[in-house]
Amino acid sequence: MSIDLKTIKHIAKLSRISIDDKKAKELEKDLNSIFEFIEALNKVDTKKVDPLTSIAETSLKLRGDEVKTKNIREQILKNSPDENKDFFVVPKVVE
Amino acid sequence: MSDIINLTLSALIDKIKKKELSSQEITKAFIARAEKSKDLNTYITTDFENAIEKAKKFDEKGNFDYKLPGVPLAVKDLFCTDNLKTTAGSKILSNFIPSYESTVTQHLWDEGAILLGKLNCDEFAMGSSNETSFFGNVESPVGKKVVPGGSSGGSASALAAKLTPATIGTDTGGSIRQPASFTGTVGLKPTYGSCSRYGIVAFASSLDQAGPMTQDVSDAALMLDVISKYDTKDSTSVNFKRGDYFKSLSSNIKGKKIGIPKEYRVDGMPKEIESLWQDGITLLKNLGAKIIDISLPHTTYALPAYYIVAPAEASSNLARYDGVKYGYRSEGENLISMYENTRSEGFGDEVKRRIMIGTYVLSSGYYDAYYLKAQKIRRLIKNDFDEAYKSVDAILTPSTPSSAFKIGDKTDDPVSMYLNDIFTVPVNLSGLPAISIPAGKDKNNYPLGLQLIGKAFEEQNLLNISYSMEKELSFKNNLQDWWIK
Repeated sequence: MSIDLKTIKHIAKLSRISIDDKKAKELEKDLNSIFEFIEALNKVDTKKVDPLTSIAETSLKLRGDEVKTKNIREQILKNSPDENKDFFVVPKVVE
Repeated sequence: MSDIINLTLSALIDKIKKKELSSQEITKAFIARAEKSKDLNTYITTDFENAIEKAKKFDEKGNFDYKLPGVPLAVKDLFCTDNLKTTAGSKILSNFIPSYESTVTQHLWDEGAILLGKLNCDEFAMGSSNETSFFGNVESPVGKKVVPGGSSGGSASALAAKLTPATIGTDTGGSIRQPASFTGTVGLKPTYGSCSRYGIVAFASSLDQAGPMTQDVSDAALMLDVISKYDTKDSTSVNFKRGDYFKSLSSNIKGKKIGIPKEYRVDGMPKEIESLWQDGITLLKNLGAKIIDISLPHTTYALPAYYIVAPAEASSNLARYDGVKYGYRSEGENLISMYENTRSEGFGDEVKRRIMIGTYVLSSGYYDAYYLKAQKIRRLIKNDFDEAYKSVDAILTPSTPSSAFKIGDKTDDPVSMYLNDIFTVPVNLSGLPAISIPAGKDKNNYPLGLQLIGKAFEEQNLLNISYSMEKELSFKNNLQDWWIK
């Protein structure tokens, strides 16, 4: 099975990564060689095998929903790529 | 000063406790050497002024009972450090300043260690040669234009070049053990769930694990004592009874049963690695261990399964980098194009490749064929180990199928780069602990490592076996300091 250029562009869209035609062609070549290597898995019969979803097969513990770190609003907003000091700002989404 | 940088971590601690050396003297010695070693490109961010200040404070009123009293350490730039830039080797985080500290680095500072700075690594820990970092290649002190391995390449190079007495890295598919093997150092990947993942920039959450990289096995045990602790902030942290690893070190391994898996004898493996492995087997026999041939029949499927599981998890984990709350942002005419341009410009090629693989295998119509299939293979690989551990205590293999290669040699072909991790990946898929110790050199005088894989949560056993081997191997890197300016 091979991945065509149209699929590459679709995956890029799903991944929210913009790519031009040149890049799409490079990725087509790379991904096909990687998937060719991955196809080896089809040689194994796994009909009766349970998937391993997590290695730490423990049940998740519940904890109280408590505030532990306070007053770091400014510090967090400082990492915002936008200049605004009070909010996270994105391009306009509603007309 | 040259004496200071040549001491192991435990020897340094001993000198500090006996007041033969001050924290300031030690810190300044490592900083001075780092200043002269810039060509290796090991550091992304240095924090030298603060380090000297902290060392001064330690000398004035520090607690000498700490496990790492006044010891300066540099760490991989994948650990979030409070108020100090943390980049994960990526452009997209090139200006990110965390407001919190990772649990494992906090454990280091709580035991008296002093942060020197943040070490280079492959972007988001995706790579086996430290060539995917936005901040440039790292050179290995073992040879000019030689890769230090990856993804903890900056850590391995800084450790081998004696710019830090010890360090910590992270290992998702071999990122501690492979660079340790390439640089003649010791690298330990603990059992999944031993060391908290809280505050580590996530790559593949079901595989990521932090661990020590050190000059010898005793130092690895000492570092493990400090960083292996249960943490409620990590939902997969396991609350098991941890050992007193350093104090319990023993070189008596008489009667230990060591498995030799025939599937690790791969095509095209250099003769010198085959003979290194043979010598390791002979050494273990001489030390009183019992050698048992075993089979791990699904080994060959580990790497392809890994290249589904790890990218799938990465594509989810890296969805958070959208240019909104932190990190790099590009412009766009609307929200979606802002996301797309940000991610296209902010991520490097290897990261984009893996996000796309992950997105594809998780996408509608392909999930069962790829992701579910890989999880089933993962079960079979883990079953292989479970079966083997019914008759052995640990498993001996080479750490890597080759020694270090030159910068640029494998960058054109992703699959040939991935093959570097063929012996390390099965361990992550099964959540087991494993250690790489330097065991010899190849014809170019580049180091070669042997890997010991242990049972889950039995790090002490692993440390003891490697400790006893290390004594007999008496490996020396003998670096010529060619990079010093």
